[in-house]
Amino acid sequence: MSFEPKIVAFLCNWCSYRGADLAGTSRMKCAPNVRPIRVMCSGRVEPDFILKAFEAGADGILVLGCHPGDCHYAEGNHAAARRIPLLKKMLAQLGVEDERVRLDWVSASEGHRFVSIIDDMTEKVRALGPFSKNSGEEKHG
Amino acid sequence: MKDDVRIGVYICHCGSNIAGTVDTKEVAKFAQGLPSVVIAKDYMYMCSDPGQNMIKEDIEQLGLNRVVVASCSPMLHEHTFRQACQDAGLNPYLFEMANIREHCSWVTEDPKSATEKAKALVSAAVRRIYYQEPLEVREVPVTASVLVVGGGIAGIQAALEIANAGHKVYLVEREPSIGGHMAQFDKTFPTLDCASCIFTPLLSAVGQHPNIDLMTYSDVEEVSGYIGNFKAKIRKRARYVDEDKCNGCLVCVEKCPWKAVSEFDEGLAQRKAIYTPFAQAVPSVPVIDTEHCVYFSKGTCRACERFCDPKAIDFEQQDKEVEVEVGAVIVATGYDAFDPSVITSYGYGHYDNVITALQFERMCNASGPTDGKIVLRDGSEPKNIAIIHCVGSRDKNYHEYCSRVCCMYSLKYSHLIKEKIEDAEVYQFYIDMRCFGKGYEEFYERVSDEGVKFIRGKVGEVTNRTITEEERGKLVVVAEDSLMSAMIRVPADMVILSTALEARSDAEAVARLFNISRSADGFFLERHPKLDPVATTTDGTFVVGCAQGPKDIPDAVAQASAAAARVLAMISKGSVEIEAATAVIDEELCSGCKICNLLCPYSAISFDEEKSVSRINEALCKGCGVCVAACPSSAIAGKHFTTEQIMAEIEGVLV
Repeated sequence: MSFEPKIVAFLCNWCSYRGADLAGTSRMKCAPNVRPIRVMCSGRVEPDFILKAFEAGADGILVLGCHPGDCHYAEGNHAAARRIPLLKKMLAQLGVEDERVRLDWVSASEGHRFVSIIDDMTEKVRALGPFSKNSGEEKHG
Repeated sequence: MKDDVRIGVYICHCGSNIAGTVDTKEVAKFAQGLPSVVIAKDYMYMCSDPGQNMIKEDIEQLGLNRVVVASCSPMLHEHTFRQACQDAGLNPYLFEMANIREHCSWVTEDPKSATEKAKALVSAAVRRIYYQEPLEVREVPVTASVLVVGGGIAGIQAALEIANAGHKVYLVEREPSIGGHMAQFDKTFPTLDCASCIFTPLLSAVGQHPNIDLMTYSDVEEVSGYIGNFKAKIRKRARYVDEDKCNGCLVCVEKCPWKAVSEFDEGLAQRKAIYTPFAQAVPSVPVIDTEHCVYFSKGTCRACERFCDPKAIDFEQQDKEVEVEVGAVIVATGYDAFDPSVITSYGYGHYDNVITALQFERMCNASGPTDGKIVLRDGSEPKNIAIIHCVGSRDKNYHEYCSRVCCMYSLKYSHLIKEKIEDAEVYQFYIDMRCFGKGYEEFYERVSDEGVKFIRGKVGEVTNRTITEEERGKLVVVAEDSLMSAMIRVPADMVILSTALEARSDAEAVARLFNISRSADGFFLERHPKLDPVATTTDGTFVVGCAQGPKDIPDAVAQASAAAARVLAMISKGSVEIEAATAVIDEELCSGCKICNLLCPYSAISFDEEKSVSRINEALCKGCGVCVAACPSSAIAGKHFTTEQIMAEIEGVLV
């Protein structure tokens, strides 16, 4: 059987979660590989969450927020836009491929965009193969 | 492990919506095996009374202290199930939802993958809820006053409903008068009521209402606060006429020698530099347009001042800033008409007798620029008139959506033309006739019987390049008649473009101001397209009328009344519940670095210099969690979205 990646998607409550809802309501079809986790704002996503997801078996991680300027909390997504690239820099130094972590924006009316990001991410991570981690890392939480 | 956690898991079939794709029995069996799960069941409709009762009974009989429902989106039924838990004595924050419909069964083709995904989502919810804590819902008082932004028919309706119920309304309009687009109309479809006959009584009711504080020529500049307790800063622009002194005699307008193009008459007439947009303007207090007033550019004239008996002209007047406190906000900022000059093949702006719908509306109006006569630019009467539908609507190059009112107003024009020019020929170039409202189809029948020619097809071009004798001196509408499968040329004296309704050009800034979202078409987004059509994602802020999407007058009025009812319900209850999921700082852990102080978009975090720790004002905190993620000492906990809970959820989705 071919490799099916597991992808964790952190969705902000106001835009991208609703965009994902709209994809569902509109009965669009997308890859089943993505597991959504709701957070109030993409700015809530700690770098630790991403490390934890890799540790727990994720092959890729998506962080989706409101488009810049449309954040329900005015500028929470700006925090994500600073934080995630910084983490990606660090991950790159550790040898983690760039495509495994993606920060993007989906509004509440962009069900279509949500689906295309999910499908695109799934394809890219599938091509990369499974994420391999070192054993014996410390447990969070 | 906490051994006192007792979780009940309920898997909803949602008829076949979920069960048609997801093997709910298998998911329930899987859930039964998860740690701390006491009972796992699947049921046809969890949101139904028997479904909810099942949860309540299990809480009581099995001593459940956590409940997970795997069903639709929490946006739909989180409230329902939280309430059910509360009814059974369980804190509503000890409930969690797994979205296995929108995020799973509806987007997944393969039943096996869908079932696996549903299991992962359920496992995440079960692991997360283990760490969830009871929270106290906060109740805050509601200020019994309302801000209505925009004084068109929708804003006016909302303002009057609320004011008539005895509550204070601040109605803010940026133009010098309320009225919006409806004030420009001549007749209204399908009843052919005269627009001003039905509208001006409303305008004056607003002007005279003791509960309405009308602020025209004003802009909302800043909105802060939250449901029940908003603060808004409003800038009242200087109109250079003292509203308290002016008696509305308009002698100043008569005496003013300077002219400018009338916005209200869509450029078909001129107005003075001191003006009211139209005769029945409310308030009947003119404004001076400083761009065209010669006193402001050259320092001379002052004719208005000389003739003003009550000495109301005040060239020194300054903008005034007002701050108001309101419990709710209703956004009714309306629409812009599509500018057809971008479709160059239709020749608007190039040919004199190609006009827009709103221009025709003004032309038909008895108090309009031509006193109600339908005339060509040279003053003569047109005999052949073509009306082109869907200009900018249903067009992938401009707006994909249907503007909903154009078919009907185009039909209305046919009737008005036939009424005023008996021997006129009217051609309607349409894509589909959409006459959906009450009495609309009947109106379509009636106008069809009046001898209007309907041509189904898209117009390619309006040109003055004539071929035949018959065409000479006229415009020619070149179109496809898709019923005849033929290209046709129709000579016309006048061409009316039924232009689309589009989102205001400043809709983006307005959305930001009120913290509301927009849909892909640019209009403001309602909270739910069917079940919550006037609320927005910001609690206490509502959106009505064409600001939410193109609509006719009855729909705009219905929406406005709906929003007013929602606001009145809030006011009459006197208090609202607000999210308990705020952030809290553990002062023992706080190192006083102040990183969170700067990050908070609501300035909810202050610094206690004495103790050298940061502190969060719960009333201001909206629970975004940006500070939680940023705290280097992990001193801030985001209630209901704690690190522990999210970490558990991550583990859960990856089973």
